[in-house]
Amino acid sequence: MIIASNVSKKFGKLKALDNVCVTCNKGECIALIGPNASGKTTLIKTILGMVVQDSGFITFNGNNILHHWQYREQIGYMPQTGRYPDNMTIGNVLDMMKDIRGGKVTLDEDLVNAFELKKLMNKRMRTLSGGTRQKVSASLAFLFSPGVLILDEPTAGLDPLASEILKEKIITEKKKGKLIIITSHILSELDDIITQVVYMQEGQVCFHKSIGELRTDTGEEKLNKAIAHFMSTTVK
Amino acid sequence: MKKIIKYVMTDILRNRIVLLYTIFLFITSFSMFSLEDNTSKGLLSLLNIILIIVPLVSMIFSTIYVYNSAEFIELLVSQPLKRKTIWLSLFTGLATSLSLAFFIGAGIPVLLYQRNTIGFMMIVMGILLSIIFVAIAMLAVVKTRDKAKGIGVAILLWLYFSLLFDGLVLFLLFQFADYPLEKPMIAVTAFNPVDLGRIMILLKMDVSAMMGYTGAIFKAFFGTYTGVLFSFSVMFLWIVVPVWFSTRKFNRKDL
Repeated sequence: MIIASNVSKKFGKLKALDNVCVTCNKGECIALIGPNASGKTTLIKTILGMVVQDSGFITFNGNNILHHWQYREQIGYMPQTGRYPDNMTIGNVLDMMKDIRGGKVTLDEDLVNAFELKKLMNKRMRTLSGGTRQKVSASLAFLFSPGVLILDEPTAGLDPLASEILKEKIITEKKKGKLIIITSHILSELDDIITQVVYMQEGQVCFHKSIGELRTDTGEEKLNKAIAHFMSTTVK
Repeated sequence: MKKIIKYVMTDILRNRIVLLYTIFLFITSFSMFSLEDNTSKGLLSLLNIILIIVPLVSMIFSTIYVYNSAEFIELLVSQPLKRKTIWLSLFTGLATSLSLAFFIGAGIPVLLYQRNTIGFMMIVMGILLSIIFVAIAMLAVVKTRDKAKGIGVAILLWLYFSLLFDGLVLFLLFQFADYPLEKPMIAVTAFNPVDLGRIMILLKMDVSAMMGYTGAIFKAFFGTYTGVLFSFSVMFLWIVVPVWFSTRKFNRKDL
């Protein structure tokens, strides 16, 4: 569904992405992991077209994303830190997004209801706490029932109850056969969600394996142990 | 596109600066007309204020507004919208609200006191200058990532167009006083929309006699149909070229 071939991006001297090739297919749930500054967010932003790559190309359903901006209709994106216009209320932001994107699709307001955002509709975005902001971002990502969900650190800043709600939601969407891409540092919570692991380091993709392969290769059952095993063997 | 323009416009109207700008223009225009017993004199004083204030406010307000909309732009870019649409909507929203502010603030008093070709020319030039300086400001913003630097660049550009350019022209005139520079001066004015606007209005006022031989040359050129066409196309280019460059730059900008 999404194919990135030889994507490279430099920020000044820093190589944020170095010849990245990734293939993501429908029905997969991919965990994008790696140390800080390994290029995870940059890769996600290039897929969304927020960052324009220096070389290489990305296709979405066979169309080069540089020329087909409409593909973003099928993506729900939850940024790492949601930034919203300060003087808009939650209600304004939701209405604006519905106005811009809505129309054909049926709205999926499960998360809006589960996070009880209806009570907060009149609060201005600048007064919100980090967690509430994350809730708004999550609700927006799922609102238009897109075929692809890209979640950048979805549970960072959420309380245990909210992150459990979000996890449940991700699992139900996964069962519908959607492509889900998640980055996270909390590996233990990814265990029962993901099917594939992409491990990045210094802008390069170290490996792309299914969770089963990873388990047999490393002999570890838990994801965090498997990754720790991998990291310690590569460092040596 | 219409939807985004709508959101930009409501956001600008909620921001009270444009409203204050309108009121300021309104009060200045009325006081200028009531200070002078001759409305033509009033118009001349008003012209000098407008040629300073309109570029300044359009430039600084647009620069700060676009920087402050960084979050809004970021939010829209990840949505199924063309980048070109987002950028042009932002431009249209800013240009429309600032032109509207000028029309209400200065245009209505001018129409009340001077409903003739001079007044009409002044309104058209004011609106064109508002749009031109929004376009230039947006080019400055897209080229500089740092907010303080961007606002600094905007202020310097305004200084250049309002003061420095005239100084440079005077310098050239004195240095090459022995040569016939009257005709090249017409070409030089094309490099500054503020001067072009001033000349267009002054020529309509018939005070060009005070500008000496250069004034006569200007009158002979800008007074004709081709001259008017020339200056309007140059003004138009001053809008299109910055908008085109900034859109191209924005299309490849990392957010």
